[in-house]
Amino acid sequence: MSLTATDIRNLCLSALALGICALLPFGDNGYWLGLGVTIAMFTALATSWALFSGPTHYISLATAAFFGVGTYVTGLGIETLPFWALVILAGGIGAVLAALVGLATLRLSGVYFVIFTLGLAELVRQAITWVQNNSGQKGLYVLTDLDEAGIYWWLLGLTALVLLGGWMIGRSRLGFALRIIGDDETVAAHSGINTARAKVLLFMVPGAVAAMTGAILAPRYVYIEPSLAFAPILSFQVVIMALLGGASRLWGPLVGVIPFTFLLEAVSSNFPNQTTLVIGIAFLVIVYLLPKGFVGLLDAVLHRINKTGAV
Amino acid sequence: MDILITGILLGGTYALIAMGLNLQYGVARIMNLANGEILVAGGYFAFIAYTATQLSPILTIFLVAPLAFALNWLIYRVMLQPLVTRAKTRGQLETDSILATFGLSFIGVGLMLSFFGGDYFSYSFMAVPLELLGNTYGANRVISFVMAVLICGALYLWLNWSRPGLSIRAIATAPAAARLVGIDVKHLSALAFALGGAVTAVGGALISTYLTLDASTGVVFTLKALIIVIMGGVGDVRGTIVAALLLGILETVVASLLDPGLTLAAAYVMFLGILLFRPQGLFGKKPT
Amino acid sequence: MASSVLSLRGVTKRFGGLVAVNAMDFDVAEREVVGLLGPNGSGKSTTLNLVSGALPLSSGSVSLWGSRISGLPAQTINRKGVSRTFQLVRLLASMNVRENVVAGAVFGHRRRWGRDAYDHAEMLLEKVGLGGKGDMALGQLTYIDTKRVELARCLASDPKVLLLDEWLAGLNPTELQIGITLIKSLRDEGRTIILVEHVMDAIRSLCDRCVVMAAGAKIAQGTPSEVLSDKEVIRAYLGDDDA
Repeated sequence: MSLTATDIRNLCLSALALGICALLPFGDNGYWLGLGVTIAMFTALATSWALFSGPTHYISLATAAFFGVGTYVTGLGIETLPFWALVILAGGIGAVLAALVGLATLRLSGVYFVIFTLGLAELVRQAITWVQNNSGQKGLYVLTDLDEAGIYWWLLGLTALVLLGGWMIGRSRLGFALRIIGDDETVAAHSGINTARAKVLLFMVPGAVAAMTGAILAPRYVYIEPSLAFAPILSFQVVIMALLGGASRLWGPLVGVIPFTFLLEAVSSNFPNQTTLVIGIAFLVIVYLLPKGFVGLLDAVLHRINKTGAV
Repeated sequence: MDILITGILLGGTYALIAMGLNLQYGVARIMNLANGEILVAGGYFAFIAYTATQLSPILTIFLVAPLAFALNWLIYRVMLQPLVTRAKTRGQLETDSILATFGLSFIGVGLMLSFFGGDYFSYSFMAVPLELLGNTYGANRVISFVMAVLICGALYLWLNWSRPGLSIRAIATAPAAARLVGIDVKHLSALAFALGGAVTAVGGALISTYLTLDASTGVVFTLKALIIVIMGGVGDVRGTIVAALLLGILETVVASLLDPGLTLAAAYVMFLGILLFRPQGLFGKKPT
Repeated sequence: MASSVLSLRGVTKRFGGLVAVNAMDFDVAEREVVGLLGPNGSGKSTTLNLVSGALPLSSGSVSLWGSRISGLPAQTINRKGVSRTFQLVRLLASMNVRENVVAGAVFGHRRRWGRDAYDHAEMLLEKVGLGGKGDMALGQLTYIDTKRVELARCLASDPKVLLLDEWLAGLNPTELQIGITLIKSLRDEGRTIILVEHVMDAIRSLCDRCVVMAAGAKIAQGTPSEVLSDKEVIRAYLGDDDA
């Protein structure tokens, strides 16, 4: 479909916002840049998560697994391949892995999918630990000349790509098919949609993005070991951020990522033992108070304003 | 042979835990992902009772069961029933209950961390060798197994022969029809959920006699219970028991022949096989 | 019946021990309207589900223009030109009326996308009597209008065979007349139609032929007046005492 004037305006504004974000490393090189890296990372992860889970309502907890695989791609390949090639390679591997997981679970009901993805990170972690134990190698050193600012720019680029890709998918047949599937899978199948294929195809997006994010962040860890790379908490954080913001809009997750990153940052520096409690409470807040996220709240408020304005 | 018996002993307790989850999912339709935390809490209770007052875990379970029952009943009434009421579709209830019980699970871990810290806990209860068929096993494992068998048996009889038990099975099979024949679905769902929680907590108390637990191990047991329930078939007592024993044996085989670090991975591979070839469960009828 | 569009041979569906559809045989010729009748629970809707691919067959076969479609997934059957409505209307809750119709046009038998799909949807809305209501939310629609949306979605892929599951049920007499005229016009466009129906007026005025089912099996077939006076059909509907 062709672009309307509004589309072009929105694209220009987004590009401008991105340009401003890219200036961050020139202003600050310490605390704020670190926070910027975290926010960029979670925006890429949560937005790509919502691309799949928003329309389909499948809750994926596989983020940590794909992320960990990505860090290992960088860890294993950094000596032989250039960094950019590793990021692309990680994306490819993440997409293939996601396709395999999707093929096994997405034709079944949502519960199977949640359970399977919940343990996926643990499965891969145990497998890698076992291989390492048997080969006598404990962890991997990732030594590059990529500094924090470089990582930030890589992540920002990936985030831009995810947002652009998400926007294009939203306008594509695939995006439309996913909305139909999310509403009623039986109707979707009887309208000629290959539901299993559509779901698997779209699930490959968060798989690839999470693996690429892991690959980009690997140099930050310097030393990679399974329990660090496959920390399951990451999957839950992504779910919370995406749902808190609202998975029904492309920019929804971003609205959740920023406040929740600050909140977790504040909690973990002041009450380091209470982060699990905060995550638990966040889940309950989402279910009981904000079932449609901040986006839904905003829509409701706007709706009310329109109504009273009209009277 | 040694491995087989150790596996069966482990599987017995697994069966108990999975039975608890199965009651909650099959009847109350809540996929309770905080199940593992209830188990760990049961374990903590037994640990404290034993270290503080030397109370035998075998007796502690008579305290744990009513407490866990009350707690789970409250959780269902206050937090989960509103979700059941507001859900328009089965899928929405599934998503909501998954997110809500994840929340409960994290809160459970958070609370236990702040009360007991993150250390492993274990105590030595009846850690004496017992000879069985020429091999020796920990007496605590054997006793836990016997208790699990007794409780599973009692539960099975209750479900098949008592009036509330039959009503609960009716709800599991056909919730809408159960309502039509005058069964109080709301009340019995809460009952089943609470009962499931009590059974799981008792399983936790038993398992703490021979396994080391800590505040955040709950999720591992949740996963195992989920795998067992799906493998055995939702609402299928016989399937649950067989699946639990299979998982117990598989884990023991992998742990002793390959690597103890791979037990969950092995359980997962088995789960994947089930998903690919028999998603309706071991004994489920094929929906042709 | 060399020119039959759809033929069922020994179509059987078992749920556990229950045989819901037992060895059904019948053919539907091109541009024919065939009524599938029978008391509640006789297996009509299940038969339709077997044809559309919503359920897999236990045995037997369904062919479309001589090539087997049973065993294919629902989306493939839809793409081959078989489209259906549901006994309980199923619409896409997050979309407005127009998008619901577009949903039927994008992936089915004849595909449209973008401007083309939206124009096509607008034309269909006009045709089913919903002109100008494309922007409405589903919640604002009356019952018959939801049925119209579903029919428009079903027509959006330009299907050759239409399966209508009690599409006329629950309409008042005026609405019923509109509905009957609409279905007639679809036949005149060259579509082949199977309808599961209880409304006798509709059956008499619409159907070229009827197939009557009882307890999962075919007990009669013929013109509406033939089958409605058939002894066995009357017995199936009213029970032995009244026959």
